[in-house]
Amino acid sequence: MSVINIKNLKKIYNDTGVPVNAVNGIDLTINEGEFTAIVGPSGSGKTTFLNMLGGLDKPTVGEIHINGTQVEKLSASKLINFRLNNIGFVFQAYNLIPVLTAKENVEFIMHLQGKPKKEREARTKELLTAVGLEDRMDSRPGKLSGGQQQRVAVARALASRPRFILADEPTANLDSKSTENLLDMMEKMNKEENITFVFSTHDARVVKKARRVITIEDGKIVSDERKN
Amino acid sequence: MFEYLKIAWRNLWRSKRRTLITVASIFLGVILCTLMASMQEGVYAKMIDNAVRFYSGYIQLQDTAYWDHKSINNTMAWSDPLYNKVKETHGVKSVTPRLESFSLMSNGDKTKGGAFIGIDPEKENAISNLSHWVKKGEYLNSNDDGILLAVNLAKYLGVGLGDTVVMISQGYHGASAAGLFPVRGILEFPSPTMNSFGAYAEISHAQQFFTANNRITSLVIMVDEYDQVNHIQRNIKSQIGDAYTVMNWEELQPELVQMIESDRGGGVIMKAILYLLIGFGILSTIIMMLSERRREMGVMIAVGMQKAKLSLILFYETILIGILGVIAGFAISIPLIYILIQNPIPLSDKIAEAYIEFGLEPIIYFDASLPVFTDQVLIVFIITLIISIYPVLNVARLKLSKALRS
Ligand SMILES: Nc1ncnc2c1ncn2[C@@H]1O[C@H](COP(=O)(O)OP(=O)(O)OP(=O)(O)O)[C@@H](O)[C@H]1O
Ligand SMILES: [Mg+2]
Repeated sequence: MSVINIKNLKKIYNDTGVPVNAVNGIDLTINEGEFTAIVGPSGSGKTTFLNMLGGLDKPTVGEIHINGTQVEKLSASKLINFRLNNIGFVFQAYNLIPVLTAKENVEFIMHLQGKPKKEREARTKELLTAVGLEDRMDSRPGKLSGGQQQRVAVARALASRPRFILADEPTANLDSKSTENLLDMMEKMNKEENITFVFSTHDARVVKKARRVITIEDGKIVSDERKN
Repeated sequence: MFEYLKIAWRNLWRSKRRTLITVASIFLGVILCTLMASMQEGVYAKMIDNAVRFYSGYIQLQDTAYWDHKSINNTMAWSDPLYNKVKETHGVKSVTPRLESFSLMSNGDKTKGGAFIGIDPEKENAISNLSHWVKKGEYLNSNDDGILLAVNLAKYLGVGLGDTVVMISQGYHGASAAGLFPVRGILEFPSPTMNSFGAYAEISHAQQFFTANNRITSLVIMVDEYDQVNHIQRNIKSQIGDAYTVMNWEELQPELVQMIESDRGGGVIMKAILYLLIGFGILSTIIMMLSERRREMGVMIAVGMQKAKLSLILFYETILIGILGVIAGFAISIPLIYILIQNPIPLSDKIAEAYIEFGLEPIIYFDASLPVFTDQVLIVFIITLIISIYPVLNVARLKLSKALRS
């Protein structure tokens, strides 16, 4: 079953006067449970593409359907709620709200969803245990290592029970051990809960773990490989 | 809501020094403004008190023609039933009759004009505590044929106790009025204007002098509760009908009211300037804070926080700064004002002289009436409310993709 359906997606930036075709006509279908890496040289349009895919940026042209909803047609406020309930986000760095502890950061999402306190607390504990941070629940992000912060970010991304997680270079700021840890964890979530992952990366070791690798150059897909 | 308040509170302490400096500016502003307001209100209250107690009373009852034409001809007849009616009105503390007019006073070749006021010594004392201000000699007794003379007049005329003052005036319906009055006492008031004001005589002797038998210019009324004045005024009016004019102190002393109002206006301008500066201080803090947190705000919206909720957090932060400043300010200014009310500040030397010249008592009084404090709360609240428009607009305009790239 397809989770994501993209048709003729384009993004043209025009704020400098010279138009930049950051994403230049992408058609793509991603099925439920896929573990997909988006790769490509710097400036090839990965971030621009993922931002549109996550409803963080409006396409200039094209359609994005996620779980049957045409995302770019949603009003600003509906789009925010759509993201809250359907997509988990992991960014490259500084993902977390610095004044909240690991536990509170995860709970925050469920608070936004209006989940009752009991459920929030139980799920937070479960998620932070799953990412191996049960003993750091009350630490603020500043007291955590980069790898630990990214694991909290993954726990947070999962908090709303999305079917789909988007991660823009989640390991870019991590050492190799933390990178491996994080990837293993993502893989586990993917396998056990059948959550769809789409992540961009420059890192060959990360690419190796992906079961589908999409390469973008100059805003276009130049290759799309599936591994078994 | 509590969750957002918690985030707002923690955000404030991310840059402790900046928050403390901003809070301190409000703190100082609140202290300055409460002190200033307290001082102004204290001085006004004293002025009103002086004017009301020494002279006008809170309410006066007069002949309908008297206010426009303060002539001895527009006096009213004393009547026991009228007096009793007024006296028994609920909230009225005491009532006294007065017969007053302008008179020339002279001794030898010195002559000066002043008020010549006939009083009922006992009743008058219940209202203005006049005997308290007799610095030399004695207060008038109930059948006294002498006068009490204000100190500056006595000095000018060169008269002392036992000396006689010649009074010349216009009597009732054209009668001529002239008489000799021995000085029984010298009055010295704390208020300099009062010290040049006039002479007091027992009322029946004053009536004789003006050939105005049984006539009075006014009934002067004191009330139990100052804030009941308007209510009592209405009650008296409804009891006695239209035969008399009933005025309250604000109507009796429009110049005083106007002076206070214009002085208050000056205070408002000063406070406005001060608070404007503070407001810009708060605004610059908020602007800095927002520019540092663009990415973080982007992340919050990205993961599903509605902009309105984010705005709420920023709104709380602004308001909390205001609340902290006000609380800190009050923590100092309330005890300080309490001490100053107990110990008014006497002025010395030159400033004191200047005050006396303007007819003011050379003492700075303070007041702790509620508006002194609630005004500051209101102003700071309004300022922070206006300032919090900025972060709200800022969040509304925030471009997610840009914020996330910052
Ligand atoms: N707001 C913008 N205005 C103009 N051009 C932009 C803007 N954002 C991105 N670009 C341009 O769009 C192109 C794609 O950028 P994007 O950030 O999507 O690339 P990327 O593949 O994510 O690169 P990296 O691997 O370095 O993260 C680049 O040429 C970039 O300079
Ligand atoms: Mg990128």
